[in-house]
Amino acid sequence: MANFYTDNPDLKHHLSHPLMQKIVALKERDYSEADKYDYAPYNFEDAMDNYDKVLEIVGELCGTTIADNAEDVDHQGPRVENGRVIYADGTSQNLEACRKAGLMGMAMPRRLGGLNFPITPYIMAADIVSRADTGFENLWGLQDCAETIYEFASEEQKQKYIPRVCAGETMSMDLTEPDAGSDLQSVMLKATEQPDGTWLLNGVKRFITNGDSDIHLVLARSEDGTKDGRGLSMFIYDKRDGGVTVRRIENKMGIKGSPTCELVYKNAKAELCGSRRMGLIKYVMALMNGARLGIAAQSVGVSEIAYREALAYAKDRKQFGKAIIEFPAVFEMLATMKAKLDASRSLLYETSRYVDLYKAYDDIAKERALTPEEKKESKLYSKLADACTPLAKGLSSEYCNQNAYDCIQIHGGSGFMKDYACERVYRDARITSIYEGTTQLQVVAAIRHVTTGTVNLLIDSYREQLAAGIKPALETAKANLEQMTEKYNAAIASVLEAKDTAYVDFMARRLVEMAGNIIMSYLLLLDAQRNDSFIRSAQVYNKMAQAVVNTHSDFIANFTPDQIEFYKA
Amino acid sequence: MSLNIIVLAKQVPDTRNVGKDAMKEDGTINRAALPAIFNPEDLNALEQALRLKDANPGSTVTMLTMGLPRASEIIREAIYRGADRGVVLTDRALGGADTLATSYSLAQAVKKMTGYDIILGGRQAIDGDTAQVGPQIAEKLGVPQVTYAEEILGVAEGHVTVKRRLEHGVETVKAPLPCVVTVTGSADECRPRNAQRVMKFKYAASPTERTQLSDELAQRADSRCPEIIQEWSAAYVEADPEQIGFPGSPTKVKSIENVVFTAKESRCLDNDDAQIEELIKELITNHTIG
Repeated sequence: MANFYTDNPDLKHHLSHPLMQKIVALKERDYSEADKYDYAPYNFEDAMDNYDKVLEIVGELCGTTIADNAEDVDHQGPRVENGRVIYADGTSQNLEACRKAGLMGMAMPRRLGGLNFPITPYIMAADIVSRADTGFENLWGLQDCAETIYEFASEEQKQKYIPRVCAGETMSMDLTEPDAGSDLQSVMLKATEQPDGTWLLNGVKRFITNGDSDIHLVLARSEDGTKDGRGLSMFIYDKRDGGVTVRRIENKMGIKGSPTCELVYKNAKAELCGSRRMGLIKYVMALMNGARLGIAAQSVGVSEIAYREALAYAKDRKQFGKAIIEFPAVFEMLATMKAKLDASRSLLYETSRYVDLYKAYDDIAKERALTPEEKKESKLYSKLADACTPLAKGLSSEYCNQNAYDCIQIHGGSGFMKDYACERVYRDARITSIYEGTTQLQVVAAIRHVTTGTVNLLIDSYREQLAAGIKPALETAKANLEQMTEKYNAAIASVLEAKDTAYVDFMARRLVEMAGNIIMSYLLLLDAQRNDSFIRSAQVYNKMAQAVVNTHSDFIANFTPDQIEFYKA
Repeated sequence: MSLNIIVLAKQVPDTRNVGKDAMKEDGTINRAALPAIFNPEDLNALEQALRLKDANPGSTVTMLTMGLPRASEIIREAIYRGADRGVVLTDRALGGADTLATSYSLAQAVKKMTGYDIILGGRQAIDGDTAQVGPQIAEKLGVPQVTYAEEILGVAEGHVTVKRRLEHGVETVKAPLPCVVTVTGSADECRPRNAQRVMKFKYAASPTERTQLSDELAQRADSRCPEIIQEWSAAYVEADPEQIGFPGSPTKVKSIENVVFTAKESRCLDNDDAQIEELIKELITNHTIG
C-alpha cells in the first residue's frame, strides 16, 4: 500500500530540523497540556512521535484513497444544482476520509477541538496532499481560514466556528470580485449593519475557491462612501443562515476537482470579524500570508509528483537500446527537476519554521506579556517569515510549472496524450503561480526585503552556520556562494544607485530571483550537512543558481535606466 | 438502541507477497518470514461495526482475536479507527488450532463477555481461506448467521437487515439479534486511523506488552488507556483442553508440495492476430485469465 509520507524520507529530514525543539516547546507551552488532554504530548519526543504518526495517516490516505480518486475527480469535476455545489464523487469520499481521520483543524488549539499542530507538520501534510491530488489540497487546505478566526475573531465566534471546522466543515475566503482581483482595494460587496449588531451582505464575488463552503470569510465594504482599502471589513458568513447562492462554477484548465464559484449575496446575514476597517489592511494580509505558504506547499507537492512520474518513465522507457535516463539530455533534466524540488521544499520548511516561531510568540502574548528578549525574537522571526513567504510562493510555484513541463518533455509524445498523469499535473501546476498573488506580486512583496537587507540577515546566518567547515564534496559550492553573494550585493547597490523607483520595480524580479537562488542554495548545503542524501541536489542546484545569478548580474551591469524605454508599451 | 458489538479479527501473514520461505517443512505457515497484517476482510467488518456504532449512540465495539500476544497490534489498529477495546485470546494450548478448535475457543471467549447483540467478522482470513470460523461460531453459540454481507442496512426492533453479495446478484435479508454476520471484501473499505485516537491510544498496551515498558511508559498507558487491551487464557474462558489447539483439531496436513513456477518469463509472438488469439485461448483454458 502506497504511503506518501513514509516513501519520502526527505519529509522526515525536514520535520526533524533542529529548530523544531524550540518550535514545539513554544507551541506546547512546555508540554503543560499533557494532563488536561489525553492526546497532548508529554514532551518533545512524544510530540514528534505524534507528528510522525499523524503524517503516516496522511501519507496512507493520500497514497491510497486520494491519489486513486484523482483521475476520476479531474474528469468528473463538481457541478452546480439549484445554487449549490455538488462535488465529484471522489472529492466527497476524500473529504469524508479526512474528517474520519481527524485531519481538519490540525493547527487549531485543543480547547477548540484541534490537534494543536505547529504550522510545519501541518504544511507537510499539505505538501503530501498536493502530491496526491493538487486540486483537493485547496479544499482541505482552506482549514487555514480558521487561523484568521482564531487570531482576530471574538472568543464567542471562536467557540462557535472553530470546533465545526475541526469536525470537518469546510471554509472559503471570499475576496475576489469581477473588478477586484489583485487590486482588492476595489472590493464593492456591500455590508449593512442591522440594529441587532449583525450585518447584511449584498453583491457578487467571483473566482471563489470552494465558494459553497460551510463557513465563509468575506471581505466587504462596511463604510458607505469609501473607495479604498480602509473602508473594508471582514465578515463571517455561516451557510446555515442562508442568503448566498452559487450562480455558476468556472470551467478551468486544471485543479478541476476544486469548485471555483461565482457567488450572489442577497441580504446574507453575517457577523463582523474583528474590528471594522481592518478587513483588508490587517486580516486579509494575515490570511494571504497563510494562504501563500499553503500554495508554496501545494507547489512542492506538484514538483514531487512531476519528478516521480518523470523518473519512473525515464527508467522504464527504452530507446536506442537503453533506458532514456542514461542519456545526458534526460538525466540532466531529471537532476535539475530534483534540485528544484529539493530547493523549494527546503525554503518551504525554512519559511514554515519562522511562521511557527512568530505565531507561537503572538499567541503566548495573548496570555502574558512577552519578555523584551522574546519580543525581539518574535519581531525578527516575523520579519524573516515575511521575507521568506513570497520567495517560497513565487519561486516554488514557478519551479513546479517548470518541472511539470519537463515531466511531459521526458514522456515525449506519450506525455501529450491523456494516458499519463503528467498531463493533469501540467494543467494543475499552472494556477500555482497565479492565485494568492501572481509571481509578479510576490516579487513586489519580496523586493523590500531585498533592498532593506532582511535577505542578507538570512545569508549571514547561513554563512555563520557553515563557518566551522563543510563536507569536502560541498566546498566548491560554498565558495561559489560567496561569489554569488558578492554579485548579488553589487547588483542591489547598482540598482539602488539610480534612485529611481521605476528602475527598482523593473529590476525587482531579477534581484528577487538572485536572492531566492542564493538562499535556497545555502539551505541545500545545510541540508546536505545534516544528510548526505542532499549532496547531489546541493551540487546541482548550486550550478544552476550560479548561472542564474551570473545572468542577472550581467544583465543589470550592462543596463542603464534609460533603456527601460526599449520595453515600454 | 445502543448495541454491544463484537468484531472478530485475525492477525495474518501478508500472503499477498509470498516468497519461497512462506511455508515451513511441517506444512504450516512460516509466520516469521511474512509481515503480520490485519486480515483485510476483518477491516471491512470493522467498518460495518463502526457504522452501526455511529448510527446507534452508546454502542460499543469490542475486538476479539485469537493468536500470539503480538496480535494486540491489530487491536490497537482497530482502536485507532474507532473500536473501544479488545481481547486477545492467547495461550500456548491454543496453538495449532484448525477451524473447529478455533471457533470453539472463540465461542468460549464470546460466552465470557457480558452479552452481545451482534458479532461481525470478515468472510475469511487470507492465510487459511476457509470461511468456516464465522459460521461455526454461530453454530456453537446457537444464533443465526448471515454470510457474504456487503452492507448492514440497519438495526431495528431486534432485527438486523443485511445486503448480501452473492455470485449472481444481491440479496437483502433480515435476521433476529443476536446473530453472526460475516462481511465480504466487496464491502466498503475501513475508515482511516483517526489522528486524535492515535495520539491517545498509542500508549495502549496489553498485559504482556506492559511488562516490557519502561516505568514512564507504563504509567502513561495506565493513565490514558488502562486495561483497554486484555489477554485471556484458555482456562479463563473455560475451554475444554480436548477441544482446543492440536488435540481439538481433526484437520491434519497430509503433505505439502513446493510448487516452483517453471514457465519461461516471456514468449515472443509476431504481430499477428491468429497467434494472439491462440495465446488468449490458452490463457483462458489454463485459467490464467478469464
